[in-house]
Amino acid sequence: MTTSVSVTTPSDREIRVERTFDAPAPLVFDFHTKPELVKRWLLGPPGWSMPVCEIDLTVGGRYRYTWRSDADGREFGVQGQFTEIASPERIVNVETMDGRPGEVVVTTTFEDAGAKTKFAISMRFDSREARDAALETGMTEGMAMSYDRLESVVVGGSSA
Amino acid sequence: MHLATDSGRLDAAFFALSDATRRGILVRLAHGEATVNELTGAFAISQPAISRHLKVLEQAGLIARRRDAQRRPAVIERQPIAQLEAWIERYRKLWESTYQRLDAALADELDARST
Repeated sequence: MTTSVSVTTPSDREIRVERTFDAPAPLVFDFHTKPELVKRWLLGPPGWSMPVCEIDLTVGGRYRYTWRSDADGREFGVQGQFTEIASPERIVNVETMDGRPGEVVVTTTFEDAGAKTKFAISMRFDSREARDAALETGMTEGMAMSYDRLESVVVGGSSA
Repeated sequence: MHLATDSGRLDAAFFALSDATRRGILVRLAHGEATVNELTGAFAISQPAISRHLKVLEQAGLIARRRDAQRRPAVIERQPIAQLEAWIERYRKLWESTYQRLDAALADELDARST
């Protein structure tokens, strides 16, 4: 694998995720902030849809993502509010996950590296327990759903 | 794996690993056991401070203190560290998979724009 995400725990309340993308920072930024682009990669697995992907990219503006199972109508979502926006370099937002107490302060940075982007997300939780719970479950069910779908694509495609 | 039932211990382990000196001590111990005196020389902090760090690591189950005549060298406990690594690795894979989809979407977009 040529690129790989790194996950570290810089302190007992934080998770940091870093990755490099083969695209310029403004495009990677757009793929995180424009609903029609976010929907192209943050979808659920086959049989799931992303009926809600709303982003008001302003300071104080809110966002909400919801995923829904076609089979049983089960839903899962996250929502939050932007507290800082410096396009296309940095976003800070406060996020809550459906069914989970507490808030997470999420700082996302997009560092211009020519044709590439050095991307990082730092998540600061209310407590060590909240941080560990997020780590333990794989952050969100949304992430797990994307993973399921991708796995089927990868396994069905070329060898790893 | 039964990680949920071990979450208290994992909390202690993550806390222990949140300090740079303690991570350094673990790296040192990964190369072989060491006494408090040896660690004090290696880290340029006081002997009581080293002892406190060892206590945190020991309570988290990341190290043990072996008895060897008058010495009590600290030794690394590999099993809980391996479990922690497995946990982070599973989490990492979730992100990696999601970001591989983003890779594909970005590549599609760049292709579309160049034609």
